[in-house]
Amino acid sequence: MQAVMYIVRYLVFPGFVFSAVVGLLTTWVDRKVSARVQLRVGPPWFQPFADTIKLFGKEVIVPSNARWTGFLLMPIIGLAAATLASTILWSVNLAPERTFIGDTLVTLYVMTIPALAMIIGGSASGNPLGALGSAREMKLLFAYELPLTIAFLTTIVKVGSFSFGKILMYQQYNGVMLGSVSGVLAFIVAIFCAQAKLGFLPFDIPEAETEIAGGTHIEYSGAPLAIVRLNTAIMYLVVPLFIITVFWGGVNFTGWRILTSVLKYVAIVVIMVLIKNTNPRVKIAQAVRFFWGPMFAISAIAMILAIIGY
Amino acid sequence: MSLALKALKKSPWIFHVNTGACNNCDIEILDCLTPRFDVERFGVVLVGSVRHADVLLISGPVTQNILPRLKRLYEAAPRPIKVVAFGACGCRCGIFRDGYNVVGPMDKFIPVDAYIPGCPPKPETIISGIVKVLNQL
Repeated sequence: MQAVMYIVRYLVFPGFVFSAVVGLLTTWVDRKVSARVQLRVGPPWFQPFADTIKLFGKEVIVPSNARWTGFLLMPIIGLAAATLASTILWSVNLAPERTFIGDTLVTLYVMTIPALAMIIGGSASGNPLGALGSAREMKLLFAYELPLTIAFLTTIVKVGSFSFGKILMYQQYNGVMLGSVSGVLAFIVAIFCAQAKLGFLPFDIPEAETEIAGGTHIEYSGAPLAIVRLNTAIMYLVVPLFIITVFWGGVNFTGWRILTSVLKYVAIVVIMVLIKNTNPRVKIAQAVRFFWGPMFAISAIAMILAIIGY
Repeated sequence: MSLALKALKKSPWIFHVNTGACNNCDIEILDCLTPRFDVERFGVVLVGSVRHADVLLISGPVTQNILPRLKRLYEAAPRPIKVVAFGACGCRCGIFRDGYNVVGPMDKFIPVDAYIPGCPPKPETIISGIVKVLNQL
Protein backbone atom coordinates (compact mmCIF):
# COMPACT_ATOMS: atom_id res chain seq x y z
CA MET A 1 0.00 0.00 0.00
CA GLN A 2 2.79 2.37 0.96
CA ALA A 3 4.59 1.60 -2.30
CA VAL A 4 1.44 2.39 -4.33
CA MET A 5 1.15 5.73 -2.52
CA TYR A 6 4.75 6.55 -3.39
CA ILE A 7 4.18 5.68 -7.06
CA VAL A 8 1.00 7.79 -7.21
CA ARG A 9 2.87 10.67 -5.58
CA TYR A 10 5.70 10.35 -8.10
CA LEU A 11 3.51 10.03 -11.20
CA VAL A 12 0.48 12.21 -10.45
CA PHE A 13 0.60 14.57 -7.49
CA PRO A 14 2.93 16.26 -6.70
CA GLY A 15 5.06 14.40 -9.22
CA PHE A 16 4.98 14.17 -12.98
CA VAL A 17 1.49 15.30 -14.08
CA PHE A 18 1.23 18.19 -11.65
CA SER A 19 4.82 19.38 -12.22
CA ALA A 20 4.47 19.17 -15.99
CA VAL A 21 1.24 21.19 -16.06
CA VAL A 22 2.49 23.86 -13.66
CA GLY A 23 5.91 23.92 -15.36
CA LEU A 24 4.37 24.39 -18.81
CA LEU A 25 2.16 27.18 -17.43
CA THR A 26 5.32 28.79 -16.04
CA THR A 27 6.96 28.71 -19.46
CA TRP A 28 3.85 30.51 -20.72
CA VAL A 29 4.30 33.16 -17.99
CA ASP A 30 7.90 33.47 -19.18
CA ARG A 31 6.92 33.95 -22.82
CA LYS A 32 4.06 36.33 -21.98
CA VAL A 33 6.18 38.52 -19.67
CA SER A 34 8.98 38.55 -22.27
CA ALA A 35 6.46 39.65 -24.89
CA ARG A 36 5.05 42.41 -22.68
CA VAL A 37 8.60 43.65 -21.93
CA GLN A 38 9.16 43.93 -25.70
CA LEU A 39 5.73 45.66 -26.15
CA ARG A 40 4.30 42.60 -27.95
CA VAL A 41 1.07 40.75 -27.20
CA GLY A 42 2.54 37.30 -26.66
CA PRO A 43 1.13 33.78 -27.07
CA PRO A 44 -2.15 32.52 -25.57
CA TRP A 45 -2.07 30.48 -22.35
CA PHE A 46 -2.38 27.07 -24.06
CA GLN A 47 0.67 27.67 -26.26
CA PRO A 48 3.16 25.40 -24.38
CA PHE A 49 0.56 22.59 -24.31
CA ALA A 50 -0.07 22.94 -28.07
CA ASP A 51 3.70 22.85 -28.69
CA THR A 52 4.11 19.68 -26.62
CA ILE A 53 1.16 17.83 -28.20
CA LYS A 54 2.33 18.83 -31.67
CA LEU A 55 5.85 17.55 -31.01
CA PHE A 56 4.50 14.17 -29.85
CA GLY A 57 2.78 13.87 -33.23
CA LYS A 58 5.87 14.64 -35.32
CA GLU A 59 8.32 12.22 -36.89
CA VAL A 60 11.20 11.05 -34.68
CA ILE A 61 14.55 11.19 -36.49
CA VAL A 62 17.68 9.51 -35.16
CA PRO A 63 20.72 10.68 -37.16
CA SER A 64 22.63 7.84 -38.81
CA ASN A 65 25.88 8.70 -36.98
CA ALA A 66 24.18 9.13 -33.60
CA ARG A 67 24.40 6.65 -30.75
CA TRP A 68 20.69 5.96 -30.42
CA THR A 69 20.78 4.53 -26.87
CA GLY A 70 22.30 7.66 -25.36
CA PHE A 71 20.47 9.94 -27.74
CA LEU A 72 16.99 8.64 -26.91
CA LEU A 73 17.43 7.50 -23.30
CA MET A 74 19.01 10.64 -21.90
CA PRO A 75 15.95 12.93 -22.18
CA ILE A 76 13.92 10.31 -20.28
CA ILE A 77 16.54 10.02 -17.53
CA GLY A 78 16.67 13.81 -17.26
CA LEU A 79 12.88 13.94 -17.04
CA ALA A 80 12.82 11.26 -14.33
CA ALA A 81 15.40 13.18 -12.29
CA ALA A 82 13.61 16.51 -12.66
CA THR A 83 10.35 14.85 -11.59
CA LEU A 84 12.06 13.29 -8.57
CA ALA A 85 13.44 16.67 -7.46
CA SER A 86 10.00 18.22 -7.88
CA THR A 87 8.34 15.42 -5.93
CA ILE A 88 10.74 15.72 -2.98
CA LEU A 89 10.42 19.52 -2.83
CA TRP A 90 6.61 19.54 -3.05
CA SER A 91 6.18 16.70 -0.55
CA VAL A 92 8.35 18.50 1.98
CA ASN A 93 6.59 21.81 1.43
CA LEU A 94 3.11 20.31 1.70
CA ALA A 95 3.93 18.19 4.76
CA PRO A 96 7.22 19.09 6.53
CA GLU A 97 7.14 15.85 8.56
CA ARG A 98 7.79 13.87 5.35
CA THR A 99 11.40 15.06 5.38
CA PHE A 100 14.39 12.72 5.80
CA ILE A 101 17.96 13.45 6.81
CA GLY A 102 19.99 14.58 3.81
CA ASP A 103 17.07 15.28 1.46
CA THR A 104 18.63 18.67 0.69
CA LEU A 105 21.76 16.95 -0.59
CA VAL A 106 19.71 14.46 -2.61
CA THR A 107 17.79 17.31 -4.24
CA LEU A 108 20.98 19.24 -4.96
CA TYR A 109 22.47 16.19 -6.68
CA VAL A 110 19.30 15.24 -8.54
CA MET A 111 18.96 18.79 -9.84
CA THR A 112 22.25 18.43 -11.75
CA ILE A 113 21.13 15.23 -13.53
CA PRO A 114 19.02 16.97 -16.23
CA ALA A 115 22.08 19.02 -17.20
CA LEU A 116 24.28 15.88 -17.22
CA ALA A 117 21.68 14.06 -19.32
CA MET A 118 21.68 16.86 -21.87
CA ILE A 119 25.50 16.77 -21.98
CA ILE A 120 25.44 13.05 -22.83
CA GLY A 121 22.47 13.41 -25.19
CA GLY A 122 24.10 16.28 -27.04
CA SER A 123 27.39 14.48 -27.49
CA ALA A 124 25.59 11.28 -28.56
CA SER A 125 23.77 13.15 -31.34
CA GLY A 126 26.78 12.94 -33.67
CA ASN A 127 26.46 16.60 -34.57
CA PRO A 128 29.51 18.88 -34.13
CA LEU A 129 27.32 21.73 -32.89
CA GLY A 130 25.67 19.34 -30.44
CA ALA A 131 29.09 18.34 -29.12
CA LEU A 132 30.01 22.03 -28.85
CA GLY A 133 26.84 22.65 -26.86
CA SER A 134 27.68 19.72 -24.58
CA ALA A 135 31.18 21.05 -23.93
CA ARG A 136 29.77 24.46 -23.07
CA GLU A 137 27.10 22.96 -20.82
CA MET A 138 29.81 21.04 -18.96
CA LYS A 139 31.92 24.16 -18.40
CA LEU A 140 28.85 26.07 -17.28
CA LEU A 141 27.96 23.27 -14.85
CA PHE A 142 31.43 23.45 -13.30
CA ALA A 143 31.11 27.22 -13.10
CA TYR A 144 27.73 27.62 -11.37
CA GLU A 145 27.68 24.59 -9.09
CA LEU A 146 30.39 26.01 -6.80
CA PRO A 147 28.69 29.33 -5.84
CA LEU A 148 25.26 27.66 -5.76
CA THR A 149 26.44 25.02 -3.29
CA ILE A 150 28.16 27.58 -1.06
CA ALA A 151 25.11 29.86 -1.13
CA PHE A 152 22.98 26.92 -0.13
CA LEU A 153 25.43 25.93 2.63
CA THR A 154 24.96 29.33 4.33
CA THR A 155 21.43 28.22 5.16
CA ILE A 156 22.71 24.85 6.36
CA VAL A 157 25.25 26.59 8.62
CA LYS A 158 22.51 28.76 10.16
CA VAL A 159 20.02 25.95 10.64
CA GLY A 160 22.53 23.26 11.57
CA SER A 161 20.69 20.46 9.79
CA PHE A 162 20.65 18.82 6.36
CA SER A 163 16.88 18.28 6.10
CA PHE A 164 14.30 20.49 4.44
CA GLY A 165 11.90 19.95 7.33
CA LYS A 166 14.34 21.54 9.80
CA ILE A 167 15.08 24.40 7.39
CA LEU A 168 11.35 25.16 7.03
CA MET A 169 10.78 24.84 10.79
CA TYR A 170 13.74 27.17 11.55
CA GLN A 171 12.39 29.78 9.15
CA GLN A 172 8.93 29.52 10.70
CA TYR A 173 10.22 30.33 14.21
CA ASN A 174 13.24 32.59 13.52
CA GLY A 175 12.11 34.48 10.41
CA VAL A 176 13.04 33.76 6.80
CA MET A 177 16.66 33.59 5.61
CA LEU A 178 16.05 36.68 3.46
CA GLY A 179 15.74 38.70 6.67
CA SER A 180 19.49 38.42 7.39
CA VAL A 181 22.46 39.95 5.56
CA SER A 182 24.01 36.58 4.70
CA GLY A 183 20.63 35.34 3.47
CA VAL A 184 20.21 38.27 1.08
CA LEU A 185 23.73 37.81 -0.35
CA ALA A 186 23.23 34.06 -0.78
CA PHE A 187 19.82 34.68 -2.39
CA ILE A 188 21.35 37.01 -5.01
CA VAL A 189 23.98 34.38 -5.84
CA ALA A 190 21.31 31.67 -6.05
CA ILE A 191 19.19 33.73 -8.47
CA PHE A 192 22.13 34.13 -10.88
CA CYS A 193 23.01 30.43 -10.57
CA ALA A 194 19.37 29.55 -11.30
CA GLN A 195 19.62 31.65 -14.43
CA ALA A 196 22.52 29.46 -15.60
CA LYS A 197 20.88 26.24 -14.41
CA LEU A 198 17.77 26.92 -16.48
CA GLY A 199 19.80 28.00 -19.52
CA PHE A 200 18.45 31.54 -19.65
CA LEU A 201 20.11 34.60 -21.03
CA PRO A 202 22.75 35.83 -20.23
CA PHE A 203 23.85 32.21 -19.67
CA ASP A 204 22.04 30.36 -22.50
CA ILE A 205 25.47 29.62 -24.00
CA PRO A 206 24.91 25.84 -24.43
CA GLU A 207 21.65 26.31 -26.35
CA ALA A 208 22.46 29.56 -28.18
CA GLU A 209 19.81 29.44 -30.93
CA THR A 210 21.32 32.13 -33.13
CA GLU A 211 24.88 30.97 -32.73
CA ILE A 212 25.06 27.16 -32.58
CA ALA A 213 21.45 26.50 -33.66
CA GLY A 214 20.17 24.93 -30.46
CA GLY A 215 23.41 23.31 -29.26
CA THR A 216 22.56 20.20 -27.27
CA HIS A 217 18.98 20.18 -28.65
CA ILE A 218 19.99 20.49 -32.29
CA GLU A 219 19.31 16.92 -33.49
CA TYR A 220 16.22 16.23 -31.37
CA SER A 221 12.88 16.11 -33.18
CA GLY A 222 9.37 14.94 -32.39
CA ALA A 223 8.71 13.14 -29.10
CA PRO A 224 12.31 13.34 -27.70
CA LEU A 225 12.26 17.10 -28.26
CA ALA A 226 8.93 17.27 -26.43
CA ILE A 227 10.50 15.37 -23.52
CA VAL A 228 13.51 17.70 -23.51
CA ARG A 229 11.16 20.68 -23.37
CA LEU A 230 9.07 19.09 -20.60
CA ASN A 231 12.32 18.54 -18.75
CA THR A 232 13.13 22.26 -19.01
CA ALA A 233 9.57 23.14 -17.96
CA ILE A 234 9.77 20.98 -14.82
CA MET A 235 13.19 22.43 -13.94
CA TYR A 236 11.53 25.82 -14.32
CA LEU A 237 9.25 24.77 -11.46
CA VAL A 238 11.94 23.04 -9.38
CA VAL A 239 14.63 25.72 -9.26
CA PRO A 240 12.44 28.64 -8.04
CA LEU A 241 10.78 26.28 -5.55
CA PHE A 242 14.21 25.21 -4.26
CA ILE A 243 15.21 28.86 -3.79
CA ILE A 244 11.91 29.66 -2.03
CA THR A 245 12.27 26.64 0.26
CA VAL A 246 15.85 27.39 1.22
CA PHE A 247 15.73 31.20 1.51
CA TRP A 248 12.11 32.35 1.66
CA GLY A 249 10.24 30.10 4.05
CA GLY A 250 8.79 27.62 1.57
CA VAL A 251 5.28 27.50 0.13
CA ASN A 252 2.17 26.68 2.11
CA PHE A 253 -1.36 25.89 0.94
CA THR A 254 -3.42 26.44 4.07
CA GLY A 255 -5.86 29.37 4.08
CA TRP A 256 -4.73 32.77 2.87
CA ARG A 257 -1.10 31.64 2.63
CA ILE A 258 -1.91 30.17 -0.79
CA LEU A 259 -1.83 33.73 -2.08
CA THR A 260 1.59 34.62 -0.60
CA SER A 261 3.02 31.28 -1.80
CA VAL A 262 1.92 31.87 -5.40
CA LEU A 263 3.14 35.47 -5.19
CA LYS A 264 6.59 34.35 -3.99
CA TYR A 265 6.84 31.89 -6.89
CA VAL A 266 5.66 34.38 -9.52
CA ALA A 267 7.97 37.08 -8.08
CA ILE A 268 11.05 34.85 -8.47
CA VAL A 269 9.99 33.80 -11.99
CA VAL A 270 9.43 37.43 -13.03
CA ILE A 271 12.82 38.49 -11.59
CA MET A 272 14.48 35.78 -13.68
CA VAL A 273 12.51 36.71 -16.81
CA LEU A 274 13.47 40.37 -16.40
CA ILE A 275 17.17 39.45 -16.04
CA LYS A 276 16.75 37.28 -19.13
CA ASN A 277 15.20 40.08 -21.18
CA THR A 278 17.66 42.83 -20.27
CA ASN A 279 20.95 41.04 -20.85
CA PRO A 280 22.88 39.87 -23.91
CA ARG A 281 24.49 36.44 -24.13
CA VAL A 282 27.98 36.29 -22.60
CA LYS A 283 30.87 34.13 -23.78
CA ILE A 284 31.63 30.92 -21.91
CA ALA A 285 34.92 32.36 -20.54
CA GLN A 286 33.07 35.42 -19.24
CA ALA A 287 30.46 33.20 -17.62
CA VAL A 288 33.08 31.08 -15.84
CA ARG A 289 34.94 34.22 -14.72
CA PHE A 290 31.66 35.69 -13.44
CA PHE A 291 30.77 32.63 -11.37
CA TRP A 292 34.24 31.86 -10.03
CA GLY A 293 35.01 35.57 -9.42
CA PRO A 294 32.30 37.89 -8.07
CA MET A 295 29.68 35.21 -7.39
CA PHE A 296 32.13 33.01 -5.50
CA ALA A 297 33.34 36.03 -3.51
CA ILE A 298 29.80 37.08 -2.57
CA SER A 299 28.84 33.56 -1.55
CA ALA A 300 32.04 33.20 0.50
CA ILE A 301 31.28 36.51 2.28
CA ALA A 302 27.73 35.28 2.94
CA MET A 303 29.16 32.05 4.37
CA ILE A 304 31.54 33.91 6.73
CA LEU A 305 28.72 36.22 7.84
CA ALA A 306 26.52 33.19 8.51
CA ILE A 307 29.25 31.55 10.62
CA ILE A 308 29.72 34.64 12.80
CA GLY A 309 25.98 35.00 13.18
CA TYR A 310 24.66 37.64 10.76
CA MET B 1 -8.72 15.94 -37.63
CA SER B 2 -6.33 14.40 -35.12
CA LEU B 3 -5.25 16.21 -31.96
CA ALA B 4 -1.62 16.44 -33.05
CA LEU B 5 -2.63 18.08 -36.32
CA LYS B 6 -4.87 20.53 -34.48
CA ALA B 7 -1.95 21.39 -32.19
CA LEU B 8 0.31 21.79 -35.23
CA LYS B 9 -2.01 24.50 -36.54
CA LYS B 10 -1.65 26.34 -33.24
CA SER B 11 2.15 26.19 -33.13
CA PRO B 12 3.85 26.23 -36.52
CA TRP B 13 7.60 26.53 -35.99
CA ILE B 14 9.37 28.12 -38.89
CA PHE B 15 12.87 27.41 -40.14
CA HIS B 16 14.21 30.04 -42.47
CA VAL B 17 16.47 29.02 -45.36
CA ASN B 18 18.27 31.47 -47.61
CA THR B 19 19.19 29.85 -50.93
CA GLY B 20 20.88 32.89 -52.43
CA ALA B 21 18.50 35.77 -51.74
CA CYS B 22 19.69 39.37 -51.53
CA ASN B 23 18.78 39.55 -47.79
CA ASN B 24 15.82 41.84 -48.36
CA CYS B 25 13.28 39.05 -47.81
CA ASP B 26 15.10 37.98 -44.66
CA ILE B 27 14.71 41.46 -43.16
CA GLU B 28 10.97 41.32 -43.89
CA ILE B 29 10.72 37.96 -42.09
CA LEU B 30 12.25 39.56 -39.00
CA ASP B 31 9.65 42.33 -39.30
CA CYS B 32 6.96 39.76 -38.57
CA LEU B 33 8.44 39.15 -35.12
CA THR B 34 8.44 42.84 -34.15
CA PRO B 35 5.77 44.39 -31.87
CA ARG B 36 3.72 45.67 -34.81
CA PHE B 37 2.93 42.23 -36.23
CA ASP B 38 4.03 39.83 -33.43
CA VAL B 39 3.37 36.45 -35.03
CA GLU B 40 4.15 34.77 -31.68
CA ARG B 41 0.49 35.53 -30.88
CA PHE B 42 -0.34 32.63 -33.20
CA GLY B 43 2.41 30.41 -31.82
CA VAL B 44 4.81 31.04 -34.70
CA VAL B 45 8.44 30.77 -33.56
CA LEU B 46 11.62 31.01 -35.62
CA VAL B 47 13.71 27.95 -34.71
CA GLY B 48 17.44 27.47 -35.13
CA SER B 49 17.55 23.81 -36.19
CA VAL B 50 15.76 22.18 -39.12
CA ARG B 51 14.90 19.19 -36.90
CA HIS B 52 12.48 21.39 -34.94
CA ALA B 53 10.76 22.84 -38.01
CA ASP B 54 7.15 22.51 -39.19
CA VAL B 55 7.40 25.01 -42.03
CA LEU B 56 10.44 25.63 -44.25
CA LEU B 57 10.40 29.27 -45.35
CA ILE B 58 12.80 29.39 -48.30
CA SER B 59 13.85 32.69 -49.87
CA GLY B 60 15.95 33.30 -52.97
CA PRO B 61 16.72 31.63 -56.30
CA VAL B 62 18.53 28.31 -56.00
CA THR B 63 22.24 28.65 -56.77
CA GLN B 64 24.53 25.83 -57.85
CA ASN B 65 26.34 25.70 -54.51
CA ILE B 66 23.23 25.63 -52.34
CA LEU B 67 21.33 22.99 -54.36
CA PRO B 68 22.71 19.82 -52.63
CA ARG B 69 22.32 21.51 -49.24
CA LEU B 70 18.73 22.46 -50.01
CA LYS B 71 17.88 18.86 -50.87
CA ARG B 72 19.57 17.62 -47.68
CA LEU B 73 17.72 20.19 -45.58
CA TYR B 74 14.41 19.04 -47.04
CA GLU B 75 15.28 15.43 -46.25
CA ALA B 76 16.44 16.32 -42.72
CA ALA B 77 13.16 17.97 -41.74
CA PRO B 78 10.74 15.83 -39.69
CA ARG B 79 7.41 15.04 -41.38
CA PRO B 80 4.80 16.51 -41.70
CA ILE B 81 6.65 19.45 -43.23
CA LYS B 82 5.35 22.32 -45.35
CA VAL B 83 7.54 24.25 -47.79
CA VAL B 84 6.87 27.90 -48.60
CA ALA B 85 8.61 29.63 -51.52
CA PHE B 86 9.26 33.18 -50.43
CA GLY B 87 9.66 36.33 -52.51
CA ALA B 88 9.79 36.92 -56.25
CA CYS B 89 13.12 35.05 -56.47
CA GLY B 90 11.80 32.10 -54.51
CA CYS B 91 8.79 31.76 -56.80
CA ARG B 92 10.35 32.39 -60.25
CA CYS B 93 14.02 33.45 -59.72
CA GLY B 94 13.10 37.15 -60.15
CA ILE B 95 15.84 39.42 -61.45
CA PHE B 96 18.44 36.67 -61.01
CA ARG B 97 16.75 34.49 -63.65
CA ASP B 98 19.63 34.77 -66.14
CA GLY B 99 22.42 34.58 -63.54
CA TYR B 100 25.33 32.28 -64.47
CA ASN B 101 25.11 30.37 -61.19
CA VAL B 102 21.31 30.13 -60.84
CA VAL B 103 19.94 26.67 -61.55
CA GLY B 104 16.26 27.54 -61.31
CA PRO B 105 13.34 28.13 -58.96
CA MET B 106 13.13 25.74 -56.02
CA ASP B 107 9.94 23.96 -57.17
CA LYS B 108 12.08 22.24 -59.79
CA PHE B 109 13.88 20.36 -56.99
CA ILE B 110 11.57 20.01 -53.97
CA PRO B 111 7.76 20.03 -53.63
CA VAL B 112 6.44 23.49 -52.71
CA ASP B 113 3.13 23.96 -50.88
CA ALA B 114 2.69 27.72 -51.15
CA TYR B 115 4.15 30.74 -52.91
CA ILE B 116 4.43 34.17 -51.33
CA PRO B 117 5.29 36.64 -54.13
CA GLY B 118 6.66 40.15 -53.76
CA CYS B 119 10.03 41.87 -53.76
CA PRO B 120 10.07 41.74 -50.80
CA PRO B 121 6.62 40.53 -49.64
CA LYS B 122 4.92 42.71 -47.05
CA PRO B 123 4.58 41.20 -43.54
CA GLU B 124 0.79 41.08 -44.06
CA THR B 125 1.38 38.94 -47.15
CA ILE B 126 3.69 36.62 -45.20
CA ILE B 127 1.12 36.10 -42.43
CA SER B 128 -1.63 35.45 -45.00
CA GLY B 129 0.60 32.93 -46.79
CA ILE B 130 1.40 31.05 -43.58
CA VAL B 131 -2.31 30.92 -42.71
CA LYS B 132 -3.08 29.45 -46.15
CA VAL B 133 -0.39 26.79 -45.71
CA LEU B 134 -1.81 25.79 -42.33
CA ASN B 135 -5.32 25.55 -43.77
CA GLN B 136 -4.03 22.97 -46.26
CA LEU B 137 -3.26 20.57 -43.37
